[in-house]
Amino acid sequence: MTEHAREQLAARVLDLARSVAGPSAQAEVTVSSTVRGLTRFARSFVHQNVVDTSERIRLRVVVDGSWAAVSTDRADADSLLAAVESAVAAARVRRPDAAFPGLAPPAPLAGAGNWDDATADATPDQRAAVVREFVAAAGGLETAGYVESMRTESVYANTAGQTVSGRATGAAADGIARVPGADGVGRQGSVRLGELGGAGLGRIAAAKARAGASPVDLPPGDYEVVLEPACVADILRFLLVHGFNGRPVGEGRSFVRLGEQQFDAALRIWDGPLDELSTALPYDAEGTPRQRLDLVVDGVSAAIAHDRRTAAAAGAASTGHAVEGGERWGAVPDQPRVGAGDGGSSADLAATMRRGLLVSDFWYTRILDPRTVVITGLTRNGVWLIEDGEVAAPVSTLRFTQSYPKALAPGAILAVGSDASAVPVRTASELVQTPSLHLAGWHITGNAAG
Amino acid sequence: MFDVASAAVEAALAAGARYADARAMHQRNESMSARNGDVEDLSQRESVGVGVRALVGSSWGFVAVPDPTDAEARRAGERAVAVARASAQVPGPDVSLVPIEVRRDSWASPCEEDPLSVPLTEKGDLVAGVTATMRAAGASLAEASYQVWDTAKWFVSSEGARIDQRVRECGAAMSATAIGAGETQRRSYPGIRGQYGTRGWELVRELDLPGHAARIAEEAQALLVAPECPAGETTLILGSEQMALQIHESVGHATELDRILGWEAAYAGTSWLDLAELGQLRFGSDLMTITADATLPGALGSFGYDDEGTPAAPQDIVRDGIWTGVLSGRDSASVAGLSYGGMVRADGWARLPMVRMTNVGLLPGESSLAEMIAATDDGILMDTNRSWSIDDRRLNFQFGCEVGWEIRNGQRGRMLRNPTYTGISPRFWGSMDMIGNRSEWTFWGTPNCGKGQPSQVGHTGHPSVPARFQGVRVGVRG
Repeated sequence: MTEHAREQLAARVLDLARSVAGPSAQAEVTVSSTVRGLTRFARSFVHQNVVDTSERIRLRVVVDGSWAAVSTDRADADSLLAAVESAVAAARVRRPDAAFPGLAPPAPLAGAGNWDDATADATPDQRAAVVREFVAAAGGLETAGYVESMRTESVYANTAGQTVSGRATGAAADGIARVPGADGVGRQGSVRLGELGGAGLGRIAAAKARAGASPVDLPPGDYEVVLEPACVADILRFLLVHGFNGRPVGEGRSFVRLGEQQFDAALRIWDGPLDELSTALPYDAEGTPRQRLDLVVDGVSAAIAHDRRTAAAAGAASTGHAVEGGERWGAVPDQPRVGAGDGGSSADLAATMRRGLLVSDFWYTRILDPRTVVITGLTRNGVWLIEDGEVAAPVSTLRFTQSYPKALAPGAILAVGSDASAVPVRTASELVQTPSLHLAGWHITGNAAG
Repeated sequence: MFDVASAAVEAALAAGARYADARAMHQRNESMSARNGDVEDLSQRESVGVGVRALVGSSWGFVAVPDPTDAEARRAGERAVAVARASAQVPGPDVSLVPIEVRRDSWASPCEEDPLSVPLTEKGDLVAGVTATMRAAGASLAEASYQVWDTAKWFVSSEGARIDQRVRECGAAMSATAIGAGETQRRSYPGIRGQYGTRGWELVRELDLPGHAARIAEEAQALLVAPECPAGETTLILGSEQMALQIHESVGHATELDRILGWEAAYAGTSWLDLAELGQLRFGSDLMTITADATLPGALGSFGYDDEGTPAAPQDIVRDGIWTGVLSGRDSASVAGLSYGGMVRADGWARLPMVRMTNVGLLPGESSLAEMIAATDDGILMDTNRSWSIDDRRLNFQFGCEVGWEIRNGQRGRMLRNPTYTGISPRFWGSMDMIGNRSEWTFWGTPNCGKGQPSQVGHTGHPSVPARFQGVRVGVRG
């Protein structure tokens, strides 16, 4: 479906909504097309290889202050009419939503989205070629992972006069190499599939796996740590969902206090939906243009992410962070960035530790206390004990139980790496850019033995 | 829809596939949530499409397209073959499929009251009403929701299978949150993930949400001032909802054959289990018998046929504490030298079928929860899952519950907040010395099991009973 066809379809759905619900009804519609190709490999061969196409129409109608949403992938006249009638009927059974903030007014976009024709049209052969490079570079070690390319094209329109369109591409490669008892990881995200270096990632993964062989158990306790970018990306996810999200802030469930020095002065966090790394559309689920949002400036909590509902409740403006279903979950930035420092690579940071841990990856992190963002989780894909700046031993899986804000509190960040890299968070559609962090303390509560 | 699926399979064969199958699906989903007395979200979704899987040489390809014409379905079949040929750039060992009886059949899940036919006003009154009740009982934040899925699918394979199924699923959940000065506590009913099954709206009626709303609001407030769960080793009794989570995470995922074979190594992870020890390894105490049984009426992981056309059948996973079986599909079983599949499903037409839990559950024993408490001098009772974390080999876990109660001299005592416990799977299961009886056997349903790339959400069932464990480390915190 072309952009013009999507715009025409969106206009047709809005007309249908008005004809069914009456001229005073409000409505918003999103028409999106997504093609995702994902080539997975395990035991050093491609074992799952998929291409899926979706064409989706999402409509929200507001009738006398009540609203409901429907979605369908059927664009024929009968199906569209049925979808609209269903939405209107559903809206009419609800009580008016007193907190409904209205639809987004007309506002221009600040960007069109990052797009690469070659990635948009990437073939299974091209993805398999990246896999082949990764596997070959691992030097005979068993490998597993994925290479993904995706394209999204979308139009948003509402009866308040806002009509915007955008498109984005993304690509990611993420794989491990394995030796008995240890895995090493290499991963990279980009707007462009052509920028993914399968061979380089395979070499990194293999080197890490070999360096992790014959791990030792460490006792629980507090350890100084160097966390590589994937770990920091995990920390960001929890801070953004439970802290800088307008929903928990408005309900008194967030730790964030704007204007306070809640973090170390070395920490800068922002959402960068329009930067050159972004794989996001240039507007959110409510049609509000996206923009950069500085969340933590020199350790000071500086802003909260809002959709129209949380913004209205807070007396603020939407920051363009509405997500589908946001009535329940709130507003969440999905292109977070952490400012780089001058600490060099994770290895450089580790070289400054007298005794501590170098950690590649976190796994299965879950929240124990949303207010203090206490998280339990495990290490994965490599942990090393560092003594006097040197690797003393690879370490087996460790369990931690740690308050994430506390780990980043004033004085807790000893150094920030200059190795900012783009980490795909399970998919190319969410890329996090962050350097490694050297932290004063991390609470280890268990090891592979229990 | 059989025609669309057949067209895709025929085109894949014509393009060179040595095996192909296709699932055409029509999915309808409805969800509603309420907060503090008002409905906050009402969404209805409809999706139609076909996914076709082709095997060329030793390589698979999969292509999915929405609402296709016959011609578009044929193109999807041809593209699936092209994808499989691309897979051959990095080829693996030969693939074979364990044989199954080829069926032409229809199947439908039991449903007394069609959930999509229950008036929206009635469903809205239910979820909004219980949140109003919880607010009135003191909850700072009251939430409730239900979800309905109505799925029709038509499966065709190049071996001649032609199966249509209709599966209706629904369930509901509610929670009360108490927000204190520096602490937030939550109680949910029947659990934060709710209770779901392959049944009609009668399941939601039986839950009796209104009858529990005030209680959980009061318990959430009581938790704010309850003493912290002490740290140490103790006797632990788990309620059946938490036991369902324990089974899901530490037995269900650990026995998925794709994990054991390393097919999920980079993402979901592997397993501590080694196929060489199947039939000999002690997984738990003699009281532990776990089955995977997709034939249980009304349980969330039930079906007539899996997404490879294999008829549902019960399979022993752990028998009297010994590891005896796995969760498998036709190709993974063949690789492992096993004879059975039947546990492969996909999250919709756009996703590749993969090994999934069916109803993985604990068979009941002889005791009751009351007897377990009475037989415990010093311990803690925990129930209703709050957090879950387990390593990528499914060995080292730490789980948190919403509520705990002290047990002293056979009596349930004061409430404890922030209860957690941790352990190593076979050691933990090996310490189980009492389990609940058939009257306490509950078919819990988990509607949000994540696995695979692209991400797939699975619906799994977990029959469980309360159980008692010895020497468990509790009270871990940051």
